[in-house]
Amino acid sequence: MAALLLFVSVSKKCVKCKEAPAALVIRAGDAYCRLCFKDFFIHKFKAVLGKNRIIFPGEKVLLAVSGGPSSCSMLRQVQEGLSQKANKKLRFVPGVAFIDEGAAIGQSVEERQRTVAELQAVFQATGFPFYILPLEQVLDLPASVVATNPSPSEQPASAYKAAVHHFVETDGSNFPRPQEPKKTLLPRVQESHTLMLQQLLGSVKTLTAREELLNTLRQHLLVHTARTEGYSKLMLGDSCTRLAVKLLTSISLGRGAQLAQDTGFSDSRYGDIILVRPMRDYSAKEVAYYNHLFTVPYVVIPSVDTKTVDKASIQRLTESFVTKLQTDFPSTVSTIYRLQLHTCFMHISALNISCVLQVSSDSLAVKPSTFFEASTADSSLWVLIAELSVLHLYYRLPETTRLKSLLCYSCALTVRDMVSDDVFDPFMHEL
Amino acid sequence: MAASIAIHLEFGGGAELLFNGVKKHHVTLPSQSEPWDMKQLLVWIQRNLLKERPELFVQGDSVRPGILVLINDADWELMVSTGKLCLLSECVCVCVCVCV
Repeated sequence: MAALLLFVSVSKKCVKCKEAPAALVIRAGDAYCRLCFKDFFIHKFKAVLGKNRIIFPGEKVLLAVSGGPSSCSMLRQVQEGLSQKANKKLRFVPGVAFIDEGAAIGQSVEERQRTVAELQAVFQATGFPFYILPLEQVLDLPASVVATNPSPSEQPASAYKAAVHHFVETDGSNFPRPQEPKKTLLPRVQESHTLMLQQLLGSVKTLTAREELLNTLRQHLLVHTARTEGYSKLMLGDSCTRLAVKLLTSISLGRGAQLAQDTGFSDSRYGDIILVRPMRDYSAKEVAYYNHLFTVPYVVIPSVDTKTVDKASIQRLTESFVTKLQTDFPSTVSTIYRLQLHTCFMHISALNISCVLQVSSDSLAVKPSTFFEASTADSSLWVLIAELSVLHLYYRLPETTRLKSLLCYSCALTVRDMVSDDVFDPFMHEL
Repeated sequence: MAASIAIHLEFGGGAELLFNGVKKHHVTLPSQSEPWDMKQLLVWIQRNLLKERPELFVQGDSVRPGILVLINDADWELMVSTGKLCLLSECVCVCVCVCV
């Protein structure tokens, strides 16, 4: 007997249509049926982009996809939003960037190729141009990646409406056409580069600092790719849950001053590239349910903190704290999210945050180029940091007090974890 | 005496890493005097399918916070409050790891 129905019927009805039985509980007790949930999910994506009016019609937007559920869901929303039959079509030109971090987690070349092949199939199915970036490429980046470039032109609010009007009138014919996806060969990675990257990451003693370092490397590579390939916006797939964890973690790591831009909807510190987080209103649960219902393909790639215990790093501990609290108090994540909105109104730019590893929010900050004046000016920033970890570069650095002006508090803590105490201690006293 | 029931189990979002990377399992639960419920299913999964780190999947009588459980595409959380949940044959239970 094919008994497909459960013995106990779901008595709760959808809060929206009040007819169909509820299928999912989100936020603090809102139960939605399948169809209402789908509408709610799709609508939210378009609404957040439309409300913020930050992506202009015809603009080139790079989607940073890690392969995880959130960023793959974002990719699907973009795909659906751009399709011909969409109601209120999205109007930008997307590209996809994926960073292969296999080296960071010690994957073999074969394992990395397998993961990349899986994701490549997903990207090819979308028809968007895509870039597979091995994390090793970050070692070749020039120091200018952390510079704030001037933004192309100041766009007043009225320019958005005019731009949309113009696009609709000309039927989009004046704007760049979506490119044909290039036949991208999987880039070959030199073993020496992999070893150098592993040495850089291995020199970091704590998992907390290693995760922070990875975040920084990732962001630099994405911004650099966006700049070189001509994209003006970078879309990141962080969900509300992840940003809530990131917010609390930032405070613990001494990055409180940067938290408005680190976790907000948009981050314009790089000037010419604006980071946008359209998934920030979706909780991880909503994303997981949507992905399951509509079979959104995603590839789970272990990261440095996968399967670690709660206390392995500050990030892990915060994630565990928030997740457990959310189970008993379903408004935890949204409360933390509202905290972020409050910090936007604080005049955080008044604090001089200048840092060689992070883009500065102060125009008078120390430019990264001065860091290299006394040392080899041609080396890339990351090669220098990698060499820092084997110490010999330290003896070529100028006076010790320079380090204080080169790094923000949070990055200084990360770098401290990389070098041995007897070399770093004199610098730490200065901070 | 309830007959043994066959159910489909699916693990996703990273939860499959605890099951040797195998996402779909078609299992047959042995017959027992009372109907099977979720608590018993979790114990069964822990004993028979889970390959490592039980504390990352199960916590007490339930799944660890951060794991979404769907039964026939409906949120388990919706059913828990309405009393004892009984599993019947051919139902599909999906456990997706949701935490970041």
